[in-house]
Amino acid sequence: MSEAVRVEGLTKDYGRLRALSGISFSIREGELFALLGPNGAGKTTTIRILTGLTRATAGRVHFFGRSIFEDPLYAKRMAGLVPQATNLDLELTVWENLFIHGLLFGMSRGRIRDRAAELLRFAGLWERRRDRVRTLSGGMRRRLLIIRALMHEPRILFLDEPTVGLDPHIRRRLWGLIKQIQARGTTILLTTHYIEEAEFLADRVAFLDRGRIVALDTPQSLMATLGEAAVDVVSEKGLTTRYFRTREEAEREAMRLSRSGESVTIRRVNLEDAFLHFTGRKV
Amino acid sequence: MRGFLAVYLRELLIIWHRLPRMILSFSVSPTLYLIAFGFGLGKHLTVHGRPYLEFLVPGVVAASSMMQGFGINVEINVARFYLRIFEEFQAAPISNWAYVLGEILGGVTRAFLSTLVILAITMLARINLHFGPWFFVGVFLNAFVFASLGVASAMIIRSHADQALVTNFIITPMVFLGGTFFPVEGLPEWARLPLKLLPVTHASHLIRSAAYGDPVPRFSLLVLLGLSLVGFFLAYSSVDRARD
Repeated sequence: MSEAVRVEGLTKDYGRLRALSGISFSIREGELFALLGPNGAGKTTTIRILTGLTRATAGRVHFFGRSIFEDPLYAKRMAGLVPQATNLDLELTVWENLFIHGLLFGMSRGRIRDRAAELLRFAGLWERRRDRVRTLSGGMRRRLLIIRALMHEPRILFLDEPTVGLDPHIRRRLWGLIKQIQARGTTILLTTHYIEEAEFLADRVAFLDRGRIVALDTPQSLMATLGEAAVDVVSEKGLTTRYFRTREEAEREAMRLSRSGESVTIRRVNLEDAFLHFTGRKV
Repeated sequence: MRGFLAVYLRELLIIWHRLPRMILSFSVSPTLYLIAFGFGLGKHLTVHGRPYLEFLVPGVVAASSMMQGFGINVEINVARFYLRIFEEFQAAPISNWAYVLGEILGGVTRAFLSTLVILAITMLARINLHFGPWFFVGVFLNAFVFASLGVASAMIIRSHADQALVTNFIITPMVFLGGTFFPVEGLPEWARLPLKLLPVTHASHLIRSAAYGDPVPRFSLLVLLGLSLVGFFLAYSSVDRARD
């Protein structure tokens, strides 16, 4: 599988504030790669630089071997962006929003018509195509935002917190949509601060904290650094968590603790545990 | 080319969806000016041997096309700070000139709509003026100059509040002082010279000459053509400043 994105030493300063401190990573073609971190970690800054919205202070970025700083128009044609803010034209109709996007990316009218029809059906918005965007629900707007980014058939899709602020059932539906997009061969870079989103969707995850990547691997490998099972112990000191290589070991420890009167819960190790382990704080 | 079309088409679609509201809005100020200054104060006045109303209408056209042209900055601000649609343009493979030209022509289109509303009111009031090609050339150049400045200011400013300052301190004085409501020639020398440097003074002069059926004032035409180029360059060079 070829390399779709290569980021080397990417740095961004806003005045005296360093938002990104020389981060490096690469994404394979067709992979879904997640940047996981709390607010202010540098996730959105990374996406903004990769999509040409913000200038980097230092570093190099290549899409399929070509520098995006030397050939920004090529990079923009390769990339589709779903920003964190729902930046749709509320006064225009669903169809008009897609049409304008198609024109912006140099598509012919016939191609726009066919592609918009295909994507509207794919996202379940065909019946709403003549409606003004302001009449759509939050979930529908997010779906429209995603298919708008897919209009020009980008090879790399950037999703910046795509499900932030949505109800859990709508979030699940969007996850399905994102999985389907990946299944069609699109490379995806996703930023999120939802642990379960990264765990469910990502092939590989990078933990981003204070502008630095502190760990990068598959969700399974990151979780495996702590073991298979965790035991949460609630005592007078508060909640503490212990990690065990196997579930059997965790069960033995839980039995011992419960006999001495502690309140314990056994559970699977999750990405939140791994993030806490690598960064010393929660997402 | 498609990038420019996309930006301009978006502006046209917004105008189309808001057309009834816009026409109503465009008719308020000119109607008030015509009633207050024309039918009220100026009913018995003459300027250069013509009824004051005939002097006033081209001035109101110049002022209105200037304000509507410059008013594209409000649309850009809303798109940039509130809807964040500016990011959609920035992420698209279009050049800065395509974006700038699309937005400027959006402003020019609004200016022409406001002019048509004034002409409709003028015709209802049976005011005797000529609305030939040079009249519309004057409106176009005036709108182009101020739409360019509107785009440039929208790219440079950092908030809605800053934009209001620009409008209050630069545009509003020009509405009243640029040969729109009274002839600049009647002012003392020290006041006349700075007012003759204003683009809208030349636009008023060109539009009024065309409406009177007089020869085209070439100097004013050249000044507006030159300022159109300067304005376009300013707008073009300011787009990158809107990025982080």
